[in-house]
Amino acid sequence: MNFLALFDLSVLDSTVRLAVPLLLACLAGLFSERGGIFDIGLEGKMLAAAFFSAAIAATTGSVWIGLLAGIGASLTLSAIHGVASITFRGNQLISGVAINFLAAGLTVLIAQSWFQQGGRTPSLIGGGRFEPITLPFADALSTVPFLGPLYSELISGHSILVYVALLCVPGTWYILFRTRFGLRLRAVGENPAAVDTAGVSVVGLRFAAVGICGVLCGIAGAYLATGLQAGFVKDMTAGRGFIALAALIFAKWRPWHALWATLLFGYLQAIALRPDIIEGALGFKVQVQLLDAMPYILTVVILAGFVGKAIPPRAGGEPYVKER
Amino acid sequence: MDVMPKWAEVVLVPLISLLLAAILSALVILAIGEDPVAAVNLMITGALGSTYGWGYTLYYATNFMFTGLAVAVAFHAGLFNIGGEGQAMLGGLGVALVCLFIPWPHWTIAVLAATVGAALFGALWAAIPAYLQAKRGSHIVITTIMFNFIAAAVLNYMLVNILRPAGSMDPATERFPEAVHLPSLHDLLAPFGIAFSKAAPANVSLVIAIIACVLVWVLIWRTPLGLEIRAYGKSHRAASYAGIGAVRITMIAMLISGGLAGMMAINNVMGEAERLVLNAVEGAGFIGIAVALMGRSHPFGVFLAAILFGFLYQGGAELALWTSIPRELIVVIQALVILFTGALDNMVRMPLERLFLAFRRGGTT
Repeated sequence: MNFLALFDLSVLDSTVRLAVPLLLACLAGLFSERGGIFDIGLEGKMLAAAFFSAAIAATTGSVWIGLLAGIGASLTLSAIHGVASITFRGNQLISGVAINFLAAGLTVLIAQSWFQQGGRTPSLIGGGRFEPITLPFADALSTVPFLGPLYSELISGHSILVYVALLCVPGTWYILFRTRFGLRLRAVGENPAAVDTAGVSVVGLRFAAVGICGVLCGIAGAYLATGLQAGFVKDMTAGRGFIALAALIFAKWRPWHALWATLLFGYLQAIALRPDIIEGALGFKVQVQLLDAMPYILTVVILAGFVGKAIPPRAGGEPYVKER
Repeated sequence: MDVMPKWAEVVLVPLISLLLAAILSALVILAIGEDPVAAVNLMITGALGSTYGWGYTLYYATNFMFTGLAVAVAFHAGLFNIGGEGQAMLGGLGVALVCLFIPWPHWTIAVLAATVGAALFGALWAAIPAYLQAKRGSHIVITTIMFNFIAAAVLNYMLVNILRPAGSMDPATERFPEAVHLPSLHDLLAPFGIAFSKAAPANVSLVIAIIACVLVWVLIWRTPLGLEIRAYGKSHRAASYAGIGAVRITMIAMLISGGLAGMMAINNVMGEAERLVLNAVEGAGFIGIAVALMGRSHPFGVFLAAILFGFLYQGGAELALWTSIPRELIVVIQALVILFTGALDNMVRMPLERLFLAFRRGGTT
């Protein structure tokens, strides 16, 4: 038995990689839900962004144009969600479900007619991918005991979007809790009537929230297809949007907690890929199916409230009607 | 206040939503360089042009009736059950256990037992999210989605490690015994002198699905329990003021919902495949959402919408076979139907209501 092996550097490294799309999606959901719009369409938006970023990066050869295309695709779906749930005051959950299916169907449909490779994009090479970047002194410091490898392998050597995602955490905190916009956004999720009385547009704020959510989901999807993997494959988000929602509840709609929650889920996904390490550390074999199901089981346990009560923004999920 | 007459509410609004979804789907087909008119023709001949096509259409429709009813019952209680997929997977497990481990003398008894087994397993899988919603307030939408993923893992484990016959590489159970073979529509219609395709998978489960539609109608509109479910769905607070227990109704509605979704397995597992395979449900649990929305959560509406989606599903399969349009087209259509009949309902309704108001004013003055 060697429990330390469970925290092997390679496992922690892939924890960071796998946590990034969850983190971006989680922060996306945070903006949307703080603004009072439930969004279970995170999954679909990421999937659409993953496809369009990979497709455009493959055809243009530039990953940056791909990233923009991914954000654009995600924003389009956000606009649909906004129109359905803000303008027409429809059911936000049903709209989210529709968006998930729309993305799942359209990505394969377009991929098939565009590339004829069975619903996937060609593998991305060279400038079509976000390459890992080496932080300064990473190689020079790698010989320093303990801290050296930690810096050169765990912190350095990720693609730029990983650092963007990590910077989004303090960024989100600052926007939400230190700016006027953030105050209004939180207010619109708790008590839209008060915001309306103060003369601020509820509709405008909610569209802004949904828009930010779209941009972040776009980056998350682009990272999946151009950073984590080299190209789009059918249903490649694999429930990440839903896990991000669970992480959001776990984090009780707070940015820093979202980081820790998504790192935990990232760790579960990373360790599930290495049954050999688990067997070595625990001394017995764990069923692969159990490992695969772990993030989902943990989600249910978290949702069951065994980690304290999570209270969502009060006006979440309810369309705002100006006058009664 | 009812602005619109009832016929407009139940017929016109869904029809316009469907039309919008159809127009957008046609545009999608155009965009990928295919001819929508030819596609529709192919779908109609493929799905309705022969008793073989009808046999597949009705087979899929049977699946969607069960899952559509499942979503509809939950909707009546104000609950959104996205877990039909996982509940149907577990229902399949229930059917497989009943059929494999008990020697049945005749299919009539076997199908009753299998129905109970399927409903029991499906209901069990819905019970945990229902309990967590009722007692701990965890959001049923997310928990049921999670239970879909967990169900896939459970099924994978059962098929790979336990139910797979020795020496087989395929993650599937062995074939069910001949005694539990369900009669197909061909067998059922032959005594009446109606020739029906022998190869099509539609079977006696269709009859059970129709009975289920009737029973759900009776339950929702003709029993005290149905009244309580609807009251709870309309307003949780008013229901609790009337002494209707939230925990009780949530549990009962979800158990019925899960049971109905699970019962789908008598059609696809017992009726068609006659063994349990990994991806037996094929997204039918999700199509139930579109079917319930389209059918306005009314069993008769669900019946019609299920046949419509059966047609789309079989037609989509024909398209994938003869053209370069992949099967995912049906997922897009399904998404558009959910979008227009569910989320964008007001977009269709508001202008219509204005129109009817204008007519009414014109009529009185």
